[in-house]
Amino acid sequence: MGQALNPDHTPYHPKWYRRRIPIFWWLSKRGYVKFITRELTSPFVVYAVLLLLVQVGALARGQPAYQRVEDWLGRGPVVAWHAFVLAALVFHSVTWLNLAPSALVLRLRGARVPDGVIRAAHFGAWAACSAMLGWLLLGRV
Amino acid sequence: MKRSREPALWALFSGGGMMAALFLPALAFVLWVAGPLGWVTAPSFETLAALALHPLTRFFLFGLAGLCFFHWAHRFRYTLYDGLQLYHLDRLIAVLTYGVATLLTLAAGVLLTIGL
Amino acid sequence: MSDSVTIEVRRYRPEQESEPCWESFEVPFRREWMVLDALNYIKDHLDGTLSYRWSCRMGVCGSCGMLVNGEPLLTCATYLEGLMPGPIRVEPLNGFPVVRDLIGDLGDFLEKLERVKPWIVREEERDVSEGEYLQTPEQLAAYKSYAMCINCMLCYSACPIYELEPHFIGPAVIALAQRYNFDSRDEGVEERMDVISQQDGIWSCTFVGECSTVCPKNVDPAGAIQRYKVRATADFMKSMVMPWAKR
Repeated sequence: MGQALNPDHTPYHPKWYRRRIPIFWWLSKRGYVKFITRELTSPFVVYAVLLLLVQVGALARGQPAYQRVEDWLGRGPVVAWHAFVLAALVFHSVTWLNLAPSALVLRLRGARVPDGVIRAAHFGAWAACSAMLGWLLLGRV
Repeated sequence: MKRSREPALWALFSGGGMMAALFLPALAFVLWVAGPLGWVTAPSFETLAALALHPLTRFFLFGLAGLCFFHWAHRFRYTLYDGLQLYHLDRLIAVLTYGVATLLTLAAGVLLTIGL
Repeated sequence: MSDSVTIEVRRYRPEQESEPCWESFEVPFRREWMVLDALNYIKDHLDGTLSYRWSCRMGVCGSCGMLVNGEPLLTCATYLEGLMPGPIRVEPLNGFPVVRDLIGDLGDFLEKLERVKPWIVREEERDVSEGEYLQTPEQLAAYKSYAMCINCMLCYSACPIYELEPHFIGPAVIALAQRYNFDSRDEGVEERMDVISQQDGIWSCTFVGECSTVCPKNVDPAGAIQRYKVRATADFMKSMVMPWAKR
């Protein structure tokens, strides 16, 4: 028998070890980094909606007000920032639509519709919505 | 046993996530990146104003805004819980996130009806 | 390739140390050896006090799950060859209090598993003389993937939420609840929903998705949870629209 080297140890009173979870646990694994990035797209969603509302409000106040917003939107650092926002929004879309097959289980004549088909349908809907918005905004090309 | 109220919040979260996924990237690309950079001919003020102030557009924008705000509230609430391990501030965080989403939704409603 | 490999094992002997520490062992390298074979070599030839669980050696019993180089894996199904040249780090699974060396306490899981009634619930049991409950291949396919779970706990170890929020009922328990919900012979969906549709049930999950990534049996607990959320939300909507209808 090995002798007790740990002074806190008393026989027949098990002491279980529980680790402390690091504050930055979400950096410890690639899957967790992807998870936290996905979760942090939500503030960008709010930002995009607020900016959209600001733009609509400016449209209602007439040409000069709208022009001021347009001028701000055209400044270099603002465009760079919005490219970053766009990347976050695209990341949200891709991760969101990729999870659709987990939530949606369809059966067609007894057989389960393959995940790939459900995923493709969702990405197709994304493409269709984007095309529709492009058509509405860019003079019905 | 009492069931949680979470389903309603999750439905709003999902609705907002779907709206954001389908519509926001295209809007952001055209209005804030491609337009300012001149990759596309930016729509004229008159076209945009007619489009944006149409009642159907206002209705759509209100739905998009409200759902997206609650999408953020729900997701951000859990980001704070899990990411920063703030489980003990459970109630405070919920009040703040859903409270902000409710206020923003009301503000959007006011803007899109009497504000325009 | 070299003929030996270093195995670094996380040791915790409560009578000796109050915090776990690393211990290195030099083990012969054999192409056909799994990580579990290396541990058995240590126990048989180098240090008989090393403690760990194992049984079937063929990926069925679910007892030899450990962290190998930080990844939750079945040590009986992980070749040394794929981890060469080493050193190979072996630790107990995350999320469970460590009793000794590589052994975690699974009591919490077992208590939670029982809560969801992982058996076929019948309102009225049919008499044996009436024969067996028949099931078509389609009905079997509806739940079979969830029935593959071997309770190996790798999904619990991969789930950060379970470790952060120990009240969370966890991935495998929810997948096993679905295994019975989707069984055509079962009538326990409502009873399980009362347990599952709580904050500690499906709503703690934020779909990190690692549970499904690490599952050695492709059970997809993350998908099971997602389907449960959809179901619970549909139930909720129905009760709002038609409060008089029986759930």
